[in-house]
Order: sequence, then C-alpha cells, then structure tokens
Amino acid sequence: MEPLLELRGALKRYGPDASVGPVDLSVPAGRTLALIGPSGAGKSTLLRLMLGLLRPDRGEVRLRGVPLDPDDEGARRRYGYVVQGGGLFPHLTAAENAVIVARYLRWDKRRVGARLETLSALARLPPEVWSRFPAELSSGQAQRVGLVRALFLDPDLLLLDEPLGALDPITRAELQEDLRAAFQELGKTVVIVTHDLAEAAFFGDALALLRGGRVVQTGTLADLIRTPAEPFVARFVHAQRALKIPGAEA
Amino acid sequence: MSRAALAVALALSLAGRAASAEGARLRIGSKAFVESEVLGELAHELLSAAGVAAEHRRALGGTRVLWEALLRGDLDAYPDYTGTISKEILGGAAGPGLSGIRSALAAHGIGVTDPLGFEDTYALGMRPALAGRLGIRRISDLARHPELRLGLTHEFLDRVDGWPALRAGYALPQRDVRGLDHDLAYRALAAGQIDVTDLYSTDAEIRKQGLVVLEDDRHVFPEYQAVFVYRRELEERAPAAVAALRRLEGRISAAEMIDLNARAQIDREPVPQVAAAFLREHLGVAPAEGSEGLAARLLARTREHLELVGAALLLALAAAVPLGVWSARRPAAGRVVLSAVGIVQTVPSLALLVFMIPLLGIGTGPAVAALSLYALLPIVRNTHAGLTGIAPELLESARSLGLPSWARLLRIELPLASPAILAGVKTAAVIAVGTATLGALVGAGGYGQPILTGIRLASVPTILEGALPAALLALGVQALFDALERVLVPRGMRRDRKV
Repeated sequence: MEPLLELRGALKRYGPDASVGPVDLSVPAGRTLALIGPSGAGKSTLLRLMLGLLRPDRGEVRLRGVPLDPDDEGARRRYGYVVQGGGLFPHLTAAENAVIVARYLRWDKRRVGARLETLSALARLPPEVWSRFPAELSSGQAQRVGLVRALFLDPDLLLLDEPLGALDPITRAELQEDLRAAFQELGKTVVIVTHDLAEAAFFGDALALLRGGRVVQTGTLADLIRTPAEPFVARFVHAQRALKIPGAEA
Repeated sequence: MSRAALAVALALSLAGRAASAEGARLRIGSKAFVESEVLGELAHELLSAAGVAAEHRRALGGTRVLWEALLRGDLDAYPDYTGTISKEILGGAAGPGLSGIRSALAAHGIGVTDPLGFEDTYALGMRPALAGRLGIRRISDLARHPELRLGLTHEFLDRVDGWPALRAGYALPQRDVRGLDHDLAYRALAAGQIDVTDLYSTDAEIRKQGLVVLEDDRHVFPEYQAVFVYRRELEERAPAAVAALRRLEGRISAAEMIDLNARAQIDREPVPQVAAAFLREHLGVAPAEGSEGLAARLLARTREHLELVGAALLLALAAAVPLGVWSARRPAAGRVVLSAVGIVQTVPSLALLVFMIPLLGIGTGPAVAALSLYALLPIVRNTHAGLTGIAPELLESARSLGLPSWARLLRIELPLASPAILAGVKTAAVIAVGTATLGALVGAGGYGQPILTGIRLASVPTILEGALPAALLALGVQALFDALERVLVPRGMRRDRKV
C-alpha cells in the first residue's frame, strides 16, 4: 500500500555545517509514527518539513504520492498541527480559536456547532471552556483546545510537536490516555514528536530515532532494544530505561 | 475592515466639507501684522455691509504667501503697499508710479485700488536716550557706530528693498544683525537687548515708546502707499465687492491709521471692533454683524480644530497602517519607510506648513496635509513594532493552519498588534492637537488663531483663549483613547485583565 506521507532524501540546511536530513521515511495510512531523539536532533524541523512550513533544500515530501508545495498555503489545511501549549491565539476565545479556519472557509453555523460538539466529546472538554480566553485555560485544557482546532477540518494527517511537554504528570497521564483513545477512534495517521521513549512507545506503532539530523533507526521499541543499529541507540534506550524507578516494573 | 472603510469615508467627507464650506464666499487676506489685519477687517466688514458674503483670513503670513494665494485664487483680495508691490512682487519691473504698477499687475490678472490715503514706509527706530547720546538722527549717522546691535524682522532682512538695499545704500558696518518677530523686536528694543529695529511708520509703538524714527536721508526706501490688490475677475463676478473696496480710497490718513493701530495693539481692542468703529464714524457704515461672543468664538474654533485633527488623523491612519504592515513584511523596504517618516518628523512643523503652500495653497488643505505627515511616524512605527513583536510560535501556528497571508493579517496579526497600533494613534492624536495650533498661520483657523493674535498683541488673556482649550483638548483626546482602548483591544489581551 502507498504510504500517506513520504520523505525522499529530504534535507534542510542551516548554515554551512548544520542540517537536518537527508531523511527517507514513510508513514502508512492509519498508523502512528513517533519521532524520538535527544534535544537538537532535528525532530521539530523534520515535522515542519512534513507540514510544508519549511521547504527542503534537497529531496521532497509527498502527501498521497503528490510532492508538497510549501507555497500552497491551502495544502496545510489537510494537516492538523498541534504544538506544545496549544499555540492558541490570545485575542480569540477557545471556540474562536478552534473554528478559525472553518469560519474562514465560510462553513455554516450549524455545521460548525455540530463539529465543535463532536470534537468536545472526543477531547473531553466541558462546554463552559469554549467561551474562555486562552489565558483563562489550564495548560491541559489549552492543549485539548489545540487538538480540537487541529482536528476541526478532519485532516488526513495529524502532526503533534511535544504536545505533552509542558504538562504536570497527572494532566500528562490523563491526556496521554485521551489522545491515544482519540487516535484509535478516529483511525487517523499521526506523527508525534517526543523526547520520551515511554511516551513514544505508548503512542507509536513505529518509532524513528533521530540523532544529529539523521534517522538512526526505525522500528518498534522491541526492535530498538533487541537490535540497536548503532551504539547510540542502545545508549539512548538504556538512559531512558534507567530513569524508571527500580522495582516498579513487573 | 468595515471600521477602516468607515474611517476613510469619514476622512474624505471631512476634507470635502472643509473644501466646500470655503467655496462661495469671497476671501480677504491679511498679513501677519496688526495694520494689515485692521485693513483686512475693514474690507471684510465693508463687503459684508454691501451684502457680499466674505470672510477674513487673518494674519496669513508674509507678502509671498499672500501674493501666491491671490494668484491661485485662494484669496480674492488683500491689502499691500505700492513699494512692496513694485520691488518685492514685480521685482522692479513696473513702470514709474501707480499707473506702472497697475499695468504690470494687470498682466497677472490682478487689479489694484487707488491709495487708501496713508503711507506706511519702512523706517529705522531707536530708543530716544541712546539716539540722543550718540547724536544719531539720520540713517547715515549709523555708519559711524558699528557696535550697535540691530534686530530686524525676518521679512525686512530678506526683502530686496529692505536690509540688503539699506546696507548697500548707506554702507552700514554693523555685524550684530539678528532676525526677530516684529512685535518681539519692540519689546527687545524696550528691554535694551537691541539698539535699532525696523519699523513701519504707522506703528502704534512709535508713539507709545516715544521712539526716534531715523530720517531716510538717502531715500533708499521706496514709497509705500497702502492699497488693496484684488483678482480682476471680481470686476465681472462681484462688482459690488470691488466698489466696496474702493470706498476706502483716500479715506485713511496716517494719523488715523496710527490711531487704529494703537487701539488694536496697545489698547487691545479686538480688531473687528476697531474696524467697525472706524467704518461707523468715517464712512457711516453699520457693520452687518456684531462681534461674536466668547462662547461662539470658542465653539467655532473648537470645530475648526477638531476638523483639522480628525481629518489629519484619519488620512494618516489610512496611509500609516498599510505602510507599517508593508515595512513589517519587507524588512528592507521597512528600513527605508521608517527612516523616511522619521525624516519628515525632523522637518520643523512651521517649515512643513510653508512647504505645503505652493502645493496646496492656504487654508485647511495644507494644514491637514502637514498634520497628517506628522502623524505618520508614531503610527507607522507602532504598527511595525506591534507586528514584528508577535511571538514567532503564534505566527507559525497561524501559518500551519493554512490561512492565506491576508487572512492571517486581518484575523490574527493586526488584532495581536492592535494595542501597539492604538498607542501610536494616541500619540499621533495628542501631537496633532498641539501642532494644529500652527494651522492658523496658513489660515486654517482653530485654537492657533487667538494664540497668534495674542503673541502679536502681547496679550496673555488672548493667548490663553487658544492655549487653554488646546491643552484641555489634548487631555480629552488622551482620555478618549484610553476609553477606546477598552473597547477596541481584544478582550483576551487587555493589560489590566485579571487571569
């Protein structure tokens, strides 16, 4: 089956000796790919290449087999993009934030209302949240509103950049569960960036481990543990597993 | 968006209103000194009494400004002097006498009345004590005293028949020669800060201060008979107006003119009252309308002032916000735009007003244009700062949604920048309220009118009649914008918001 999203030798340069790529990566439809790696490994840059916010200096990004044109602003409406903190606009209420693109596209009111209701349930947001401004939301609520905004147009592909990064552990655990349930219910193709191996394994059907702008290894968590492609993979996996409290694992 | 459209429409209608309100009436001008104002007011009241709708644009400036305005048709008539016309306006090209002037002016489509009866020639004056001690009676005596300090009016310094002719004609050696306003020069003379100043021979102050008028023993100064110049088309369009002007021919003697000047300048009688009294006593003319009360004056000036500020602000807004957006989007162009509006700001406001005269004539037009140029900088700069100050992650968030550039600008970027833009407009408005007082110099009226008159008459109450309301208006504008901030700035980003 043709992958929904495919990177072919995609490379983005930053100055003479900093670059991300070349990366070859494909995301099959309906699956979740977790991009993982240490800070500065190029995870967010890779996500921006996938979204067409950045134009690759070499190679290409294909969505459903068609090369992505970063000048085609409308093409980004086929994606849902969630950033850390939700990326909400402070001058708009939660509802205005969520429906901004639908309103630009002149959806009729009933359709907007119905969609908001469906997604509220999915994101487990109480109705009173919608009239509040971002500054009045808890960080978990802001993140959920960001998710509703990203899903509003029913995109082909959902991209999440460290969506749980700034949350306290309890909120984080709740949102993890709710996010995974939502992904499963929607059957969406998802790319999620995280630096946390456990979170990556929790969400991802497959993991792609990045280091210094290159994909070092792709596979399941078990693949990464059993057959590390290079010593760095073993080090990364071991460092994160060592953080687990001794005796907490069965 | 609809708000912006409304603003532009309002600006255009204000400008249109200002233009059309000036259409039908004849416009009499006067130069920025008391005698010219009195003569202008005499003409204004005579015309009004003859049933000709007319207004008096008082104290517009110097000869050049008035002459250009007359040629352009911004003015229909104003009082001038034969010497000024032949030397300064016609550059010495006229034949001898009034008939020479008349035929030379006719070539420009300008007519001239017969002399009004008095001569107001240039002269030099000194304090009697100093003149007596040094034994100075004639201008030629000045050549022996190079240490004397001369304070001359700006126009006299520049005019070909003024200081340049005098210095050459008498070989005057003085080095300490400075430019002063005419009325300030008298005070500087009284205070002993200067020793010699140029006078008009009908100045009220000569009598008041007992000044010694030095004899022009080499006859450098030409004859300065007072006359009215007017657009010749008036003879067809409004013959009654020309007839009314001509009623003043030969009717004002030098003594009477000094008396009129003294009443206006020293006794501080309002000019319209001085003119009305003269017309009643000497020509048996009852002025058509009585002088208006303080409240009516204030109301009219407030309206003029608000129109100036409002129209200027709306025009500036319509230009500055797009300029600010453009400079935020294109950093290279932005630097050019920001320095250009910065340079405009460094041009002295008075000079900017005067630059506008050849382009737009006199009246509301040039004042609004100059004021709106001044209002550009704070608005452009704040729009630019507001837009470039938006957090990059919000900009990316907006791009990631797939909204096109203009939709991002209208729905996200401008609202986020709105507190900064509004602060810029507030600054521009407060500055405009202050600067608009200079509009009176080009005949745009407003609170500057009494300030100007007050400075000329050294009358603090008259100055305050303009300065106080201007200060109050500035405070009011400030308060208005503070209130607007509460309405216009999106609720989610007000500073005082409790979270």
